[in-house]
Amino acid sequence: MTELAIETSGLVKTFGKTRAVDGVDLAVPAGTVYGVLGPNGAGKTTAVKMLATLLRPDGGEARVFGHDVVHEADAVRARVSLTGQYASVDEDLTGLENLVLVGRLLGYRKARARERAGQLLDAFGLSDAADRQVKNYSGGMRRRIDIAASILTTPDVLFLDEPTTGLDPRSRNQVWDIVRIIVAQGTTVMLTTQYLDEADQLASRIAVIDRGKVIAEGTPGELKASVGAGSVHVRLRDAAQREDALRVLTAVLGSSVQLDADPVALTAQLSGEDTDREAAEQASRALAELAAAGITVDNFALGQPTLDEVFLALTDHPATTEEVAA
Amino acid sequence: MSTATTEPTVSSYTPAADSLAAVLDGAERPPRPSAWSAAVTFGWRAMLKIKHVPEQMFDVTAFPIMMVLMFTYLFGGALAGSVTEYLQYLLPGIMVTSVVMITMYTGTGVNVDIEKGVFDRFRTLPIWRPAALVGALFGDVFRYVTAATVILVVGLILGFRPQGGPTGVVLGIALLVLFSFAFSWVWTMFGLLLRSEKSVMGVSMMVLFPLTFLSNVFVEPTTMPGWLRVFTEVNPVTHLVAAVRGLMQGRPDAGEITWVLVAGAVIVAIFGTLTMRLYNRK
Repeated sequence: MTELAIETSGLVKTFGKTRAVDGVDLAVPAGTVYGVLGPNGAGKTTAVKMLATLLRPDGGEARVFGHDVVHEADAVRARVSLTGQYASVDEDLTGLENLVLVGRLLGYRKARARERAGQLLDAFGLSDAADRQVKNYSGGMRRRIDIAASILTTPDVLFLDEPTTGLDPRSRNQVWDIVRIIVAQGTTVMLTTQYLDEADQLASRIAVIDRGKVIAEGTPGELKASVGAGSVHVRLRDAAQREDALRVLTAVLGSSVQLDADPVALTAQLSGEDTDREAAEQASRALAELAAAGITVDNFALGQPTLDEVFLALTDHPATTEEVAA
Repeated sequence: MSTATTEPTVSSYTPAADSLAAVLDGAERPPRPSAWSAAVTFGWRAMLKIKHVPEQMFDVTAFPIMMVLMFTYLFGGALAGSVTEYLQYLLPGIMVTSVVMITMYTGTGVNVDIEKGVFDRFRTLPIWRPAALVGALFGDVFRYVTAATVILVVGLILGFRPQGGPTGVVLGIALLVLFSFAFSWVWTMFGLLLRSEKSVMGVSMMVLFPLTFLSNVFVEPTTMPGWLRVFTEVNPVTHLVAAVRGLMQGRPDAGEITWVLVAGAVIVAIFGTLTMRLYNRK
């Protein structure tokens, strides 16, 4: 049995009549990335805020490395760091000032706080922007200074609340790389996200949350298997061959194949049982059969199930944003 | 000057596993800072904010100058026959009024600040809980001292000649600032309680206008009708003005000074407690 970094049972938080978090049980193994996946308003941020001692649970309990988040809040605070959904840094201050401020509050002496701040600015590629106010930073830089402030002393648990929402793909990859490095150093990361591919890239286990409840939990593979293995998109050179292609694909895959709006394109559902590999094997077999039938394929792509598909499969309703009165 | 095109593109950054790992490895965990040290650090944050957003000092420079000029010349001739004479009576009072009025910006400041994400970080740090608010008030103390100094200088130029000398003046300002620090906890509470900056402002006005005007700042309470005199006599601003006036005029009144100190302690005990209860629940 591995040590648990976070453990909750029956965690509840209500705002007026809304049950924002409605009986959540989680068990997060130490030293891993744990993904909490769900649409806006699902209760992800509320759950994280309770674990980080920012909100008091209305029911149930939560422990971080064995410490109760209500009764031993200070012991929990000594072990966790939070990078909130909206920048948890002071926008009026410069990047350097922000890091020195947090360093001083963690107990570093002035000289050592400045030294740590300098090291982190270097490691995060922000030295040139050290003396600029954070409000003038780009979205990606803001995220980086925010994460830097969270690891001035290496936390046992790092909460990242939607760390890549609103970032361009490049900045998103930078954040992903940073998360991987931090976890490799032994920190447990709890990451909330709206993107299945983000959870898939980083997390070793994922909890899917909807309307305050955990509706599925498991490894990314298990989760995707529960909604099917995804789909293969095929583009033909010649629209006239599409009827033949439809016949071949249906025969090989034995699943539903759709004709796309584009007259040369088709999409076939894959029925792989539980692994990506199986889906890939099916797809390559299908492509080989198309070639054998003399159909020229210009382009093909494997599509993973989207968060929407996961939600449809798990809840019978799409991952729509719900307004939650805070 | 470098042009925009020669600036390095920011997203060229690639996280390097070894340098980042080295930084993470190099972090010892320092002992938790003392309550005082955490509060002083937040005071430093307040000073940095003044440095980066200097316009916020407008309230504590232009507003007090306007107050002194307006009341000296508006009422001076009518009430005391001569402006210089009235100034000896008025200036300590106008100083108290201005500084006590400026305390309301504490409430709006807290209200705006607390809504920002950075407070989520502060509240997840293992530090003395009131430190963030006490530190913010340290920044406000700097503003109160600035306002008092501005008023003193304008007063001296206009002919204010305090009999208490430098010692009396400094002690008077110290007492005023101490009381204002205590009084600010009323506004931190409202800042946390009310939803918007505007509603905090509205409540502040409702409290501050009667408190400052229905007092001995402008006229002696003996000229007022009985029911009003009752209010002015329990009004803490009256006692504060009497104490500060006494110190500056070289006739310190131990009774009034004690009254002010006790009132300050009671305000902190009540509103400080309420503020922290709201802060922890927020």
